[in-house]
Amino acid sequence: MTNKPELLPGTLDMLILKTLTRAPLHGYGIALSIKRLSDDVLTVEEGSLYPALQRLLLQGWVKADWKMTETNRRARFYTLTAAGRRQFNIELSRFELMIGAIGRVLRDAQEA
Amino acid sequence: MRTFTRFMNKLSILFSRARFHSELDEEMAFHRAQVEKEFVEGGMAPEAAHYRAMRQFGNAMKLREQSHETVAFRLETVVHDLRFGLRQWGRNPGFALTAILILALGVGASVAIFAFVDAALLEPLPYANPGRLMSVNESNIESPRWPLSYPDYLDWQQTNKSFSSLDVYSEIGYLLRTSSGPEQVQGARVSGGFFQTLGVHPMVGRDFSPGEDRLGGPNVAILSYGAWLHRFGARRDAVGQTVDLDNTAYTIIGVLARTFSFAPAGNAEFWVPINALSPHEHSRTFYNFSGIGRLRDGVTIPAAQAEMTAIAKHLQRQYGITGRDLSANVVPLSEILVGDVRPILLTLLGGASLLLLIACVNVAGLVLLRSESRRREVAIRRALGATPVRLVRQFVTEGLSLAVFGSLAGLMVASEIVRLLARLVPKDMVSNMPFLEGVGLNAHTGLFAALTGLLAALLLAATPVLRLSFQKVRDGLPGGDRGTGLFWRRLGANLVAVELAIAVVLLAGAGLLGKSLYRLLRVPLGFDPNHIATVQVMAPGTAYKSDEQMAGLYREIVRRVSGLPGVESAGMTSMLPVECTCATDRIQFPGRPYHGEHSEVLERHVSPQYLATLKASLVRGRFFTEDEDASKPGVTVINNGLARKYFPGQDPIGQRIANDEFGLPHTWQIVGIVDDVREGPLDVDTWPAEYFPLNQTLDHDFTLAVRTGQDAGALLPVLVSTIHQIDPRLAVSDEATMNEQIDATQAALLHRFSAWLVGGFAAVALVLGLVGLYGVIAYSVSQRTREIGVRMALGAPRSSVYTLVMRQAGWLTLTGLAIGLVCSVGTSLSMRNLLFGVQAWDVTTLASVAVSLGLASLAAAFVPARRAASVNPTDALRAE
Repeated sequence: MTNKPELLPGTLDMLILKTLTRAPLHGYGIALSIKRLSDDVLTVEEGSLYPALQRLLLQGWVKADWKMTETNRRARFYTLTAAGRRQFNIELSRFELMIGAIGRVLRDAQEA
Repeated sequence: MRTFTRFMNKLSILFSRARFHSELDEEMAFHRAQVEKEFVEGGMAPEAAHYRAMRQFGNAMKLREQSHETVAFRLETVVHDLRFGLRQWGRNPGFALTAILILALGVGASVAIFAFVDAALLEPLPYANPGRLMSVNESNIESPRWPLSYPDYLDWQQTNKSFSSLDVYSEIGYLLRTSSGPEQVQGARVSGGFFQTLGVHPMVGRDFSPGEDRLGGPNVAILSYGAWLHRFGARRDAVGQTVDLDNTAYTIIGVLARTFSFAPAGNAEFWVPINALSPHEHSRTFYNFSGIGRLRDGVTIPAAQAEMTAIAKHLQRQYGITGRDLSANVVPLSEILVGDVRPILLTLLGGASLLLLIACVNVAGLVLLRSESRRREVAIRRALGATPVRLVRQFVTEGLSLAVFGSLAGLMVASEIVRLLARLVPKDMVSNMPFLEGVGLNAHTGLFAALTGLLAALLLAATPVLRLSFQKVRDGLPGGDRGTGLFWRRLGANLVAVELAIAVVLLAGAGLLGKSLYRLLRVPLGFDPNHIATVQVMAPGTAYKSDEQMAGLYREIVRRVSGLPGVESAGMTSMLPVECTCATDRIQFPGRPYHGEHSEVLERHVSPQYLATLKASLVRGRFFTEDEDASKPGVTVINNGLARKYFPGQDPIGQRIANDEFGLPHTWQIVGIVDDVREGPLDVDTWPAEYFPLNQTLDHDFTLAVRTGQDAGALLPVLVSTIHQIDPRLAVSDEATMNEQIDATQAALLHRFSAWLVGGFAAVALVLGLVGLYGVIAYSVSQRTREIGVRMALGAPRSSVYTLVMRQAGWLTLTGLAIGLVCSVGTSLSMRNLLFGVQAWDVTTLASVAVSLGLASLAAAFVPARRAASVNPTDALRAE
């Protein structure tokens, strides 16, 4: 077993939205992007990626179009919508609030 | 808003499902290819890279499912489950058919009985605001509902403050003049506000107007819908025509609606206002009218009862009425209309519910058995990634669809049963039970059916789900299923014990009701009912005015009828036996001190040969003679009951009894004592009775009873034509043999009805229970084949295998019997109103139920036991 940390629950949607803020990406591209940006710490299981993408599509936060990749293969590219951008900001601020809170608690525990 | 977008997105995906799936597949294939490429670029051999990528990706099917579940509607999986379930049934049609059939029986029986209960007890009466309608009558110790006298009615009406309106009615028979001679018809005399009190309006024409019920008012009549249809061809111009009732012309002013019925007044065709009183109806002690009243808003029944009682007591004091202790009786009108059938209907509903329960339990057992055999399927689906929720949903869907199909089939069964039962009720009883018209499948019954269906669905869905959650799915996979049937065996066994217990309850109920019916039909009648033909005759008062004419008519009828071939003797009576404890008389005994005792006896007027024709046995003295007519002093024959009650230790012959005939004191000398003839209903103890000579009472209405040596039924048409030959103006009706008359009495009918129905339920319950027991034992044997094989291989004799299986069946049966017997005493006690001549804990009935069910159970268990004993050890061991 590799000892990689599991994604915090509920953060996958946010990460996907974040990777899409720069440019439209296909599913594999999203997974790759998250992996690289996290210096290989976070891996997105395909088993959770695709259901998550369907969820985001349903909410109308992303939209999908078939486009050609640079290697000339057909792939489904996901683009962030305006609603998705709003949602990302909401989730981000919620997450920062929580991380800050957790951090304060942990610091307190270290000092004690 | 967001929910809406999501919904619309889901909807669009639903309609382009195929594209959704292919796109998803393509997307994942692309992903996989990219991962593979990554591995190859990282220096892996292409083939290894391919497999690595596949592994990393995991179960493609499962992934697809998961993505699909995100976007799909719940309904979609339900449809999927349903299709799968139906396919499963198709593969095993026996299971589905049996389950649906059993459910249909249970649902059908209970819905059908509920249809009757609904029509009789739940549907509102066809009157405005029927809950406020009361039956208002006098009351005394002997009879809680004693009719009103007309003067009392007028006083009650004027004095009371409890009722916004109070009206009376009285049944009456008329001779209607028709083109084909006189015909006897039913009518009702009512006070003017009768229909307003009920809150009904004639559908054609008008109601009585004020003053039409004044004494001497105009002769007007309102037709029943039936009379309008059959006698006037439903023509609107019937209103304004006249009809001839008892040689008096009545102008038709209105027609009642088809839905109108008022059972207490019989099947009245002509409704006329009370605008004339007979001489005795003027008397304050001639009680001939029944009252109905509409309670004022805010007045409770006890308050009305108290007020009316006070009025009755006041009137009794004011007019110095002695001999009875009068009070008032105020009960809801619905009580009068359906009070009789309530216990029987509730008993039947109870029986039907038990049947439904047993059917559900049985089907639940079947479903369990099946879920057991589908353990492998479940395990495989689990291993392929089906979530527990998904599996549960599959079973729930299957249970629901079973229940739906079962309920639908049940509704069909119910409508058949309703038709069958409605046909069992004879015509003249239908008029007394107007609610029978309303029996059918309506919103109420539909709702009831839906509820039973829901109950069944819950039960059927819950059983396999409970079963599933108790086991680890992994257990299902490895080849055999040794030992894992234990849970099912236990649950199945408990269910079978419950089924057997219910069967015992129903069987005991049916046994008791059957025994009641048997006792009832063999109650000593005091006469021989075989070979007696009866017809009712009514002589028009206008044609037969004098006493001599009436006496001459009696003589002529007896002479002509006695001359018919096969006739042994003929007699006449004012009322046939076994009909009702009505037409009573209050008697006194001249020479004895009178302290206002209430001595009420049945009064019958009979011709000289009547009692002999019935073959009633004379105890002492003699019957009447032909020359004892109105010119002679009054004579009477009394029954043993009267002699015992009022002449204890004396010889009644030669003594006299006194009564009040139409307001005039009268005495009658006792000339004979006859053994008790059952004049009242079969289920009521015989009353003291007095018989007066018809030649002295000279009734215009009488019933002819003829004893023949041949078939009584064949004589009936001959009797009718003979009487019409004597005088075509005579109205003849109700021709029937004595046995038919007895069979058609309410007591016999109700008991027969309940005995047959509960018997039918019990039979079905017995079969279901036995099938259930057989199923459990057979299943248990099939599960233990290996164990039995090992035992036999080790040298156990075949007899020990029998013992092994039969002991299990024996325990189940004993448990079921024990529970059932205890419960059945309880249920029988609750229906003791319906029992006649038998106790709720009747030992012979309970014992024979126990023995027969026990034997039947053992027989059912013997088949699988035999199969177990004939197991070939080598085969059994190799089978694993």
